[in-house]
Amino acid sequence: MDPISQFMVDHKIPIGAWGKAFFGFLTDNFDTIFRAFSNGLNFLLDGLVNILLMVPPVLLALVIAGIAWLLQRSRPLAIGVFLGLIFIINQNLWKQTVQTLVLVVAAAAMAMAIGVPLGIWAAHKPKVYRVMLPVLDLMQTLPTFVYLIPVLTLFGLGNAPGLIVTIIFVIPTAVRLTHLGVVSVPKSIIEAGEAFGATKSQLLWKVELPSALPTIMAGLTQSIMLSLSMVVFAALIGAGGLGTEINRALGSRRIDLGLEAGLAIVVLAIVLDRMTRIGVGGKK
Amino acid sequence: MTVAVDFRNVDIVFGADQAGSLAMIDAGATRAEILEKTGNVLGCAGASLTVNEGEISVLMGLSGSGKSTLLRAVNRLNVVSRGQVLVKDGDKIVDVVTCDQATLRRLRQKQVAMVFQQFGLLPWRTVEENVGLGLELAGVPEAERKERVHRQLKLVNLDQWSKKYAHELSGGMQQRVGLARAFATEAPILLMDEPFSALDPLIRTKLQDELLQLQAELKKTIIFVSHDLEEALKIGSHITIMEGGRIVQTGAPEDIVLRPANDYVRDFIANVNPLSVLTAWNVMRDRRDLEQGKDGWVWLDRRKTTRFKIDDHGLVAAAERDGKPAVWVSCADVESQSEEAAQVFWANPGTSLKTVMLAMHRSQTAPVALFDDQSRFVGAIGIRDVLSAVLRR
Repeated sequence: MDPISQFMVDHKIPIGAWGKAFFGFLTDNFDTIFRAFSNGLNFLLDGLVNILLMVPPVLLALVIAGIAWLLQRSRPLAIGVFLGLIFIINQNLWKQTVQTLVLVVAAAAMAMAIGVPLGIWAAHKPKVYRVMLPVLDLMQTLPTFVYLIPVLTLFGLGNAPGLIVTIIFVIPTAVRLTHLGVVSVPKSIIEAGEAFGATKSQLLWKVELPSALPTIMAGLTQSIMLSLSMVVFAALIGAGGLGTEINRALGSRRIDLGLEAGLAIVVLAIVLDRMTRIGVGGKK
Repeated sequence: MTVAVDFRNVDIVFGADQAGSLAMIDAGATRAEILEKTGNVLGCAGASLTVNEGEISVLMGLSGSGKSTLLRAVNRLNVVSRGQVLVKDGDKIVDVVTCDQATLRRLRQKQVAMVFQQFGLLPWRTVEENVGLGLELAGVPEAERKERVHRQLKLVNLDQWSKKYAHELSGGMQQRVGLARAFATEAPILLMDEPFSALDPLIRTKLQDELLQLQAELKKTIIFVSHDLEEALKIGSHITIMEGGRIVQTGAPEDIVLRPANDYVRDFIANVNPLSVLTAWNVMRDRRDLEQGKDGWVWLDRRKTTRFKIDDHGLVAAAERDGKPAVWVSCADVESQSEEAAQVFWANPGTSLKTVMLAMHRSQTAPVALFDDQSRFVGAIGIRDVLSAVLRR
């Protein structure tokens, strides 16, 4: 190695060590808090899964098809949703699918709950957005495996860390699309609101959010899809569901199991995507 | 007359270096100089204008002349850098530049309504929900809101469209929704920012007529921005011409056309048809400037074809045309007159120049007399007066 490179290597900036020390500090001092949080979250998620599993599968599939009809007022869609879910029951993957469904819906909901207000804030304050942007990039591009490790050490195994990893991965999309939606509200209608004496909150609720709604809903759909794509990774740190099946199929090289679980995820993805597409093909 | 809006030395600068720009304005710098030195954009400078209650005051100018900027100072959509914008608020006068947020909101909800060039309708709302926007923001209860919205929709002939979405309507209809939305708040002051510019010419003329009709009934104070002089002359009771952020000339429509203050205004009016603006009053020669004969006879024209004998009360006692006695007939009856009898047509000061010219045409270019309300003789218009007014010489 040439002397300059050697010199640089000798004076390596200990980023890894700093990070390790930071997480070590967190586990040493706040371990109980993280574990309590994790246990609570696990309890909630498992409870929800268990309640849903008490309902006979076909009945639950009917209920979901009913929700699809309520959201989109489309009979073909409701029938399609029902048939898709029947297929999953037929493949004997119902329990895993419900686990995955709970995880995905919870993650997308949490990501929206955090991401939408952040997106609105960023849209109103360009400076905030400039600071937020690199953090969002980091959250989206840092390989998932890298933050599986600290999340695992802080929260242990189970559904809770799976949920947290998924939320971290999904929030940037929710923030970005909300930001995009609010920023692209036409200036003319904002001025119309102002000219007729809207307060800041009236402007937000009566002008900006309705105008940005289609984009925000696209954010919701995207959040759900991205959450689904995290299912396999979440399974690596103990989240149950279809991801676990796929990991098992990979470990034991079982093409049949992998195909079945993979198809179940695809069906779930299509069902959720079509159900949440509001404002795109709706009233226009 | 009561003042509704009063601009007093209003300067508006967009940009960070307000103090530096204002100093340059005081030194008489142009917009380009200020932009180069400070990087700020001069919106308008030293604008003073009084708008009385019930009049339509038109702000005119090319794009970038600062007309919209000044208009939007009235409801503080643009922040004034220096100066006062006094707006009548019931019995009080409020300075919009310095008032607090609550006062500003009340003004916007109750006193000053606005109509936008791009309509500014909310596309996810129906027509009636759009019209009710101002009332909704002001917290008017739903039942009353519905009632008022429907009254407004009737007024602009859109009551059958109330459940449609705004984007399902044509441009002209959308702007009628915009008008109804502004009227619905019952604000006495109306700001109109090039409201008809985005519409095609036929619809534009129609909406101008409708606005004038509504105005005759509602008697709002309207500040109207336009870049179309024909439009300004048609609807404006006062016209203010702006250039590069500064007011160049303010006056009644015929003042602008007859006495343009500088070349910029002259360019503006170059293509205007004077017949659509001028009245008999604007072109006549005063009675005292006419050539007096003896025994109370007055020559109406320079060629001495026509003369009147005026009595002590200023009334016409006798008329003569080409040496023969003639009758005097109102211009209003010009169409129904046979051409046989020797006639002298007369007009009122408010009669349009076009009607006067028609009368001249009928009477082989004879002069037209001008009578006031009491039929007293006040002046006359000869063919040369008409030609010089039309050619602006």
